[in-house]
Amino acid sequence: MSHISFSFDPNWMDTLTAPFMTNAFLAGLCIAFAAGVMGYFTIARHSTFAAHALAHIGLPGATGAVLLGLPVSVGLGAFALGGALVIGALGKRVSEREIATGTVLAFATGLGLFFARLSSSASQQMQSILFGSILTITNGQILGFAIFDVVLLAALAIIYRPLLFSSLDEQVAQAKGVPIGWMNVAFMAIMAGVITIAVPAVGTLLIFALVITPAAAANILVASPLKAMIVSGVICLISIWGGLALAAMFPAPPSFIIVTISTLIWAVAKAIESARHR
Amino acid sequence: MNDRHSDAGASTPTDAIVFRDAAIRRGDRMIWQHGDFAIPAGSVTAIVGTNGTGKTTMMKAELGLIPLASGSVTVLGKPAGEANRLIGYVPQSYTSGIDSNLTAEQSVLLGLTGTRFGIHPITRAQRARAHQAMAFVGIDDKSGYRLSELSGGLRQRVAIAQAIVSDPKLLMLDEPLANLDLASQHSVAHLLARLNQELGMTIQIVAHDLNMLLPILTGAVYLLDGHPHYADMRKVLDSQLLTHLYGTNVQVVTTPQGDMFVTPSLDEPEGQPMDMHTVDEVAELHHHAHTPSMHHAQYAEHDASQDATQDIKGIKGI
Repeated sequence: MSHISFSFDPNWMDTLTAPFMTNAFLAGLCIAFAAGVMGYFTIARHSTFAAHALAHIGLPGATGAVLLGLPVSVGLGAFALGGALVIGALGKRVSEREIATGTVLAFATGLGLFFARLSSSASQQMQSILFGSILTITNGQILGFAIFDVVLLAALAIIYRPLLFSSLDEQVAQAKGVPIGWMNVAFMAIMAGVITIAVPAVGTLLIFALVITPAAAANILVASPLKAMIVSGVICLISIWGGLALAAMFPAPPSFIIVTISTLIWAVAKAIESARHR
Repeated sequence: MNDRHSDAGASTPTDAIVFRDAAIRRGDRMIWQHGDFAIPAGSVTAIVGTNGTGKTTMMKAELGLIPLASGSVTVLGKPAGEANRLIGYVPQSYTSGIDSNLTAEQSVLLGLTGTRFGIHPITRAQRARAHQAMAFVGIDDKSGYRLSELSGGLRQRVAIAQAIVSDPKLLMLDEPLANLDLASQHSVAHLLARLNQELGMTIQIVAHDLNMLLPILTGAVYLLDGHPHYADMRKVLDSQLLTHLYGTNVQVVTTPQGDMFVTPSLDEPEGQPMDMHTVDEVAELHHHAHTPSMHHAQYAEHDASQDATQDIKGIKGI
């Protein structure tokens, strides 16, 4: 039986200053911004399960892209966007339908596995797609993330209030003339983008803890939407950066530590909430 | 339906909502048809009828959210849906379904800013208006509370504050008293009366239980046998009509204090099955003559109710 070591690495500062770490920290910043903002909307729209499913719908796109020799992000993004537009076009109610969503999720995961088995290189990448590989993020990916963040910021500058209104109070928003159908499509499309940039960090399986969990914790801690988005982004950033730092010190995968930190913060927030209600 | 057209001719600029031979179809099923009536501005009306008769559907048609199969609906002088900026809307089960972390103030502010595209920081004036609306409905001290921390009655008030913050001419509420305890029902009904009397808002309420609203209503749209009718309150408050309307035996009871309430009677109607009336007979009974000027003050309505009591006493022992 091999010896499992959790020994502290005294050279962790050297690891942290390596170029691949710089990329990982930058990626974390870009992901935290996007996930923080959209996590709030996802919870407000009761679409957390749909968002989770989008990551899985992206899986066959990711493994299929490897099969065809394309970048993983391209396939992932295309499938997630396609799935998002279909769910979005079917309406907000549909994104709440758990059975349909869960069934598509399972099928997509199976299809992803099938594609992965068709080529050895896709098979090798399967683990990093499922569980993330934030340490291998390239300069090109960072650029893509940054561009996405700018686009997200621009889109939100235009649709922030109507999107918020339709997310929190759909019937009244509709009566007041907010185009709720388009808001839903816009939300799902943006969500597909967030999934695409967040999967490299923690993978399709753990994405819930990075996009939804920080927003849930933020919702408990602060009440205003804007503040919740900021706090959610900060929790997300603490999780990713903290995960990277701890992964440099101890031999544990960054994804694991990232979701652990995120989950712990959420648990603490829940504890605060129940203490508050006592 | 011989007097339907007398309704149709009665539309005036002071009518808030005008139906012209309107019909709603959902798939193959005709929900209701031949809607031909006008609801005066400044009135407080209920849309009444049993479950599934299309009460909410009617309100959604007035908001332009559901297309008509035929005919037209004019709201505040414009085709349904075009004057929605002047309408405050409180949808059904707002209070029970919401688990929002939003504060009351944030929620009310959305009623003012929620439809605007682009970057618009909330101005001092907007915040002041939100607080004015919250003060009117009596929740100004709750502005910092999250909706999830408020009781059903208070959340209903938040919803009303959100609906009135943009100064609507018409306020529409879908089952605003459902799931509220008696005290909350009473205070929400009182609030609606104040909105009508002090701010002059025309109010329309979808309701399955009339009792709490009786003192404030000036008229009602009742959905009977697939046709909507509008009538002055004193004509709606009739045991026979209500029995027909609800498909169960209903009595109108007057307390010694003069308050009226409707109650399901435990007795079967003597010697006759229910729903003996044809539509024509009911229409005969209730002349839908348009009442051009309606005094909607609460106390005036109490008098009207007492008039109605006189009518009803003769019918009571069916």
